[in-house]
Amino acid sequence: MQFRSLKDIIRLCEERSLTIAELMVEEQVKETGVSREEVIRQMTDYYHIMKEAVHKGITEDTVSRSGLTGGDARRVYNYLNNGETASGSDATRAMSYALAVSEVNASMGRIIATPTAGSCGIIPGVFVSTQERFGWSDELMVMGLFAAGAIGYVIANNSSISGAEGGCQAEVGSAIGMAAGAVVELRKGTPEQAMHAVGLALKNTLGLICDPVAGLVEIPCIVRNGLGAVNALAAADMALAGVRSAIPSDEVVDVMLQVGRSMPSEHRETARGGLAQTPTGRKITEELRRRRQNNGN
Amino acid sequence: MRFKNVFNIIGPSMVGPSSSHTAGAARLGRAARQLLGVCPEHADIILYGSFAETYWGHGTDLALVGGLLDYSPDDPRLPDAAEEADQLGMTIQFDKGSGNYPHPNFVRIRLRQGEQTAELAGASIGGGNIEIHEMNGFDLKGSGQYPTLAVEHQDSKGVLADITRTLSESELNIGFMDVDRKSRSGEAMTIIELDSAPVQQVLDRIEQLPYVTRAVVINLD
Repeated sequence: MQFRSLKDIIRLCEERSLTIAELMVEEQVKETGVSREEVIRQMTDYYHIMKEAVHKGITEDTVSRSGLTGGDARRVYNYLNNGETASGSDATRAMSYALAVSEVNASMGRIIATPTAGSCGIIPGVFVSTQERFGWSDELMVMGLFAAGAIGYVIANNSSISGAEGGCQAEVGSAIGMAAGAVVELRKGTPEQAMHAVGLALKNTLGLICDPVAGLVEIPCIVRNGLGAVNALAAADMALAGVRSAIPSDEVVDVMLQVGRSMPSEHRETARGGLAQTPTGRKITEELRRRRQNNGN
Repeated sequence: MRFKNVFNIIGPSMVGPSSSHTAGAARLGRAARQLLGVCPEHADIILYGSFAETYWGHGTDLALVGGLLDYSPDDPRLPDAAEEADQLGMTIQFDKGSGNYPHPNFVRIRLRQGEQTAELAGASIGGGNIEIHEMNGFDLKGSGQYPTLAVEHQDSKGVLADITRTLSESELNIGFMDVDRKSRSGEAMTIIELDSAPVQQVLDRIEQLPYVTRAVVINLD
């Protein structure tokens, strides 16, 4: 890839008069030697899988393998259809769709890691809900995924997208930044505005620990995906309104790595700290352990 | 760059619930199985760090076993991998590792089928991506993102030239490679990440080269 930083992306887009998405497609073709048609076809397949997961999560009763979670996406979806919501119907819809995909994931259903499975709800939640709202085509949404991918590529290589390495900020935080930047581009903002959205979003999740109860990608991961979708929309709006990230977004990405490295291992996906070690978190863990032993596996 | 293209970020398509603990684990298991070359009769799996702490909650064990059965991370049979392995008569021993390990999600897999053995150690680095650290006792770094040719040979002048010439004659381009040896003129191993997968004929040609003992391909796509 010709870019290593978010600043590189802005520069290349300006030099070549490209959108972030177009730049990503061109660079992907160059890097892999796979044709443009094939690259777009694979992303289109992925978008369809995301839509399937949204649909499944809001229409079927998904229960996780552990039995701990499920049904929240439908709860929010029904609430949305029954009247006035506090955050507005667009944000609530994005939230219910994001919860839906995360619940499908927890029930060992098929999802697309964006960038990880723990954060797989945010991008589909934001994308599918804004597509419905603005009447966008699948083709446009697929390009939006390339824009999100370009942002994620920089974050992953300069910081981290693994909760075990960098905490939840690396997973849910990265997904929010990716979705926010992509929405700015889908709404015809400039690459520079898109990158401000990334920085604004990431600042809000800096320091977020990865503390799954019993080590499962359920509590608090699913709820964080729902709330993350709303944050992505909010960060996109801030940037589209002209708000800038005072700390350049590449510096925010760098500091995310430093913050992640200085997190104790208790707060990096080991389930040895945070919510996992609250009295209730421990009780749930113990109950699951007992149940597992009784099942003999 | 640890992550090389857009589908490392958007993707993979996978069965949940965790890209690092489920999809990455499946790919590590699959890499080990392909290094062995056949379905193993016995597997020793040693988990480190977060893998050891949370494997059962994420289905890491099922994913690793699915990988040993050569399943891809989006194979819908993954949740039932343990039953399938059992039916095939595969025995699996899981242990928690101690001592140092280079990454929070690290696993060492030792496989056996008759006289044949294979050992692979590697990390799941996020988003379903993996990093191979060791193969059969050699320090070799691989990403599993490309068809990977693994060649065991003797450390001797011209071996690598012979291998790379064979690849070049077969129109195969080398992306990345890594070499390690146990001692001068002793056992050595080379891994070569290629832009496209070599056919069996190419493997046969490489195995027939002087000083080469074995050649296999690890192809996770």
